[in-house]
Amino acid sequence: MKHILISDPTLRDGNHAVSHQLSATQVKIYCEAANSAGVPVVEVGHGNGLAASSIQIGESLETDQVLLETARKYLTNSKLGIHVIPGFATIQRDLKKAIDWGVDVIRVASHCTEADITQRHIGYAKEKGKETYGVLMMTHMASPELLVEEAQKMELYGADGIIIMDSAGAYFPVDVTERITSLVACLSIPVGFHAHNNLGMAIANSIAAIEAGATILDGSARGFGAGAGNAQLEVLIAVIHKMGFTTGIDLYKMLDAADIAEKELMPFVPAIKSENILSGIAGVFSGFSKHIDMISKQYNVDQRELYVELGRRKVIAGQEDLIMEIAQDIVSKRNNNNMINLSSDYKTNGKHAG
Amino acid sequence: MSVLKVAILGSGNIGTDLLIKIQRSEYLECTLFIGRNLSSKGVAKAISLGIKVSNEGINAIIKDPDCCTLVFDATSAKDAIDHWAILEKAGKTVVNMTPAKIGDLCIPALNLNYAVDQKYFNMVTCGGQAAIPIANAIGQMYPNMEYIEVVSSISSYSAGPATRLNLDEYIETTEAGLRTFSGAKKAKAILILNPAVPCIDMQTTIFARVKDPDMEALTLAINDMVKMIRSYVPGYQLLFSPIYQNGHVLIMIKVQGNGDYLPKYAGNLDIINCAAIAVAEKCAKNVAIAATANL
Repeated sequence: MKHILISDPTLRDGNHAVSHQLSATQVKIYCEAANSAGVPVVEVGHGNGLAASSIQIGESLETDQVLLETARKYLTNSKLGIHVIPGFATIQRDLKKAIDWGVDVIRVASHCTEADITQRHIGYAKEKGKETYGVLMMTHMASPELLVEEAQKMELYGADGIIIMDSAGAYFPVDVTERITSLVACLSIPVGFHAHNNLGMAIANSIAAIEAGATILDGSARGFGAGAGNAQLEVLIAVIHKMGFTTGIDLYKMLDAADIAEKELMPFVPAIKSENILSGIAGVFSGFSKHIDMISKQYNVDQRELYVELGRRKVIAGQEDLIMEIAQDIVSKRNNNNMINLSSDYKTNGKHAG
Repeated sequence: MSVLKVAILGSGNIGTDLLIKIQRSEYLECTLFIGRNLSSKGVAKAISLGIKVSNEGINAIIKDPDCCTLVFDATSAKDAIDHWAILEKAGKTVVNMTPAKIGDLCIPALNLNYAVDQKYFNMVTCGGQAAIPIANAIGQMYPNMEYIEVVSSISSYSAGPATRLNLDEYIETTEAGLRTFSGAKKAKAILILNPAVPCIDMQTTIFARVKDPDMEALTLAINDMVKMIRSYVPGYQLLFSPIYQNGHVLIMIKVQGNGDYLPKYAGNLDIINCAAIAVAEKCAKNVAIAATANL
């Protein structure tokens, strides 16, 4: 039977769903539950990972230190994982400390075409003897050939495995099969997949990934994650166990953990909302959904207009400020049009007066 | 009028764009363009412009110390530290284009006049050149600001290998500059590389946590600062008037390049090079003034 390594980002990707407001108590409760279910890796932190708490992305309720030290205390069997994006987190200021706080698994991430910015972070994590993965985000924006090139760079830097993320939930199973097949063929390290559920494909895509040779899957309790959420972990485990794969996770205890997560972490259970569908179709980063919701209300701009324009501009994770710029732009164009309409009214009236 | 002889160390994007800007300057003359590989694109460009080139790195200056008075170091943060040990002994003025943490930070809009006695200029970072003058304008009105944050997005195609390897130094140097020039207690810098085609222009967003600011006065101060920056970075512009929301002032800037060596979207390379040229020209003028005084 083939073994699949499960990595659970409920307490990291899920933080996007609550604008990074997960508390130490919530971290404790879910870590206890996941630990008891035998989840191999529990990822914890701000939605965009280490040192990403900011006005731009959203400020965390708890510091990285509180989140990670709390998790460390309650993960006695499970490994503690972090998501690290160079450009947000530096080695000296952040990664070094995270290792001191007891992190076991370091997943160094970049946009899918920018793997070379992960070189030093991967190198450092490996040098410290940590289990280290390279993560490529927003991978629907790169061809399978380009993904292979970028993944090979991470392999060269020393990564123990490569995870590709469908950060916008834009893939169909056939897309996943194509990419994972290429990666498995060209890399000598394990390959993994991280799904989002914008188009209702998270479980199907995860299955496509392991059928194509992936051996690492990400999933979160109830799918708690950015936008429409991730692959729902308890479903994923039930399904892949039934298919004959092993994970080392106790399904019943995982079901309990998911019930606990729903009750204790989630103001609402993830659902595919109308705007999430547009996000998937337009290929927009799932982590934007809270920002887009807020800005569309603030500027009285249709969310759909924002998603379409963000997709057209190929905006990537970390560029939350552009949502506002686009809203400003839409509003100013609208005002200009109103001015034009007003002035043409005036002309018409003027003619009447004449 | 005599011109200042300068050498460029590093034949990457920054070095080559500097070379083209120097060709336009009436105060500067590039006497040596130094790479490591004679077949690089930058060196080929220099040869096509009739500039003397070398592939010997810092040794080219050790061998011929009289070739220049000022050196632009456009290598990497790590190499720049070794270079300074050598160039200091040789008595050269150095304009450091890397994020190596040596020398005082130089932002032409803020401290160009103090260039007179300096031998070493640290040009901070592209995001720093874009954001620090604005941070300073806010800090002048609101000293003891609690927090300032700067997010820069640049096109992937404008970020060469050294930039990519030096992301940590970029963050550390930009944050240090923000704290120094704004007085903010805490600063955070974030850098995003976006591979979109057509390529994106450099964009920088500044968030400053200030209580109840006088937005009218602040907008005037920022507009003045923008005008000052535009005097040496023509492609620098505010995207819209400063906004106050959720307890912070938000300012968005776009920097388009001059399209010298790299296309216009590479505003990040253009702004730091424009700043470096402003410094070198100031040095040239000072040398000229000193020479006149000695007559």
